[in-house]
Amino acid sequence: MSELLEIVREKLQNKFEGALLNAEMQYDYPVFTLEKSNTKVILQFLKEDPDLNFHFLTTMCGLHHPENAPEQEFALMYQLHNMPKNWRIRIKTYMSKQDLDMPTVTDIWKTAGWMERQEFDFFGFNFVGHSNLTRILNMDEMNYHPMRKEYPLEDAMREDKDDKMFGR
Amino acid sequence: MSSIAIDIHPTYKPEGLEGQGFFATSLDKVVGLARKNSLWPLPFATSCCGIEFMATMASHYDLARFGSERLSFSPRQADLLMVMGTISKKMGPVLRQVYEQMAEPKWVLSMGACASSGGIFDTYSVLQGIDRIIPVDVYIPGCPPRPEQVLEGILKIQQLAESEERRRRESPEYKALLAKYGIE
Repeated sequence: MSELLEIVREKLQNKFEGALLNAEMQYDYPVFTLEKSNTKVILQFLKEDPDLNFHFLTTMCGLHHPENAPEQEFALMYQLHNMPKNWRIRIKTYMSKQDLDMPTVTDIWKTAGWMERQEFDFFGFNFVGHSNLTRILNMDEMNYHPMRKEYPLEDAMREDKDDKMFGR
Repeated sequence: MSSIAIDIHPTYKPEGLEGQGFFATSLDKVVGLARKNSLWPLPFATSCCGIEFMATMASHYDLARFGSERLSFSPRQADLLMVMGTISKKMGPVLRQVYEQMAEPKWVLSMGACASSGGIFDTYSVLQGIDRIIPVDVYIPGCPPRPEQVLEGILKIQQLAESEERRRRESPEYKALLAKYGIE
């Protein structure tokens, strides 16, 4: 797996000088951390380069780490897959809470349409250029972004849960 | 081989006056009997409890022997709304609309822990029990309940169907109940 890390790291460093902030193996996946400003260009290169050929966006998700520095509080992770060679990598970009605008990748991979709506719904990322950025899994009337760490997981409407019995 | 006396009672006979070619009893008893043995369920199956219901409808635990032979997925033609599975808050208005579209007399059966109280999913997105939006007659706890328990729940609905008054929609208690849920 770390050969893949070296292959992609070399390609990215040749084509985009200094864009790669970090490249390491996390949980058996090569993970590349990029700046938000050039993420879309690099993702396009990763898809279109004939050697790398990461033509399949497996998934993308949002992350919220309030314990990080404020510029690294929120993150987006894209997982890419090259099916003929069975290569899987992850791309991460970090951003701060005030700066959640991100260009959409729906023109590169159509799958991102659904997933970007989900990330908007749960974290509040604003994908510039998305054709229909509305809530997808939660109720339309919901007015907060529930997966952020400051909101509790549990339903606030229950009156019958005894804190002592539930270990809180 | 001695013959076995076959002693099958498809259903009990209500009290009444019987004679040659006629049987006189009260209308409520006859209507109750008819309703009880011909409940048409609407399987509002959302998750795992729906699969368990499919097992109950299958031949081993056959639900059709109790009169629920014909399931209807249209609320207009159903008597019994069986809510089986986790109902999220986004699904709530849909469930409410399905309930309101059913014609009287109607009963609601809440199968499983998720429909009765939210189950293990005490989260921001799951409705903590369908009785927050519609009135429920019988709750079947379990995760999922065994088919035998589902059958017992249906039998309890049958007891309700047989013993309730014929036009309960007119009674003040029922009207008060619906008003509590905001249903006309």
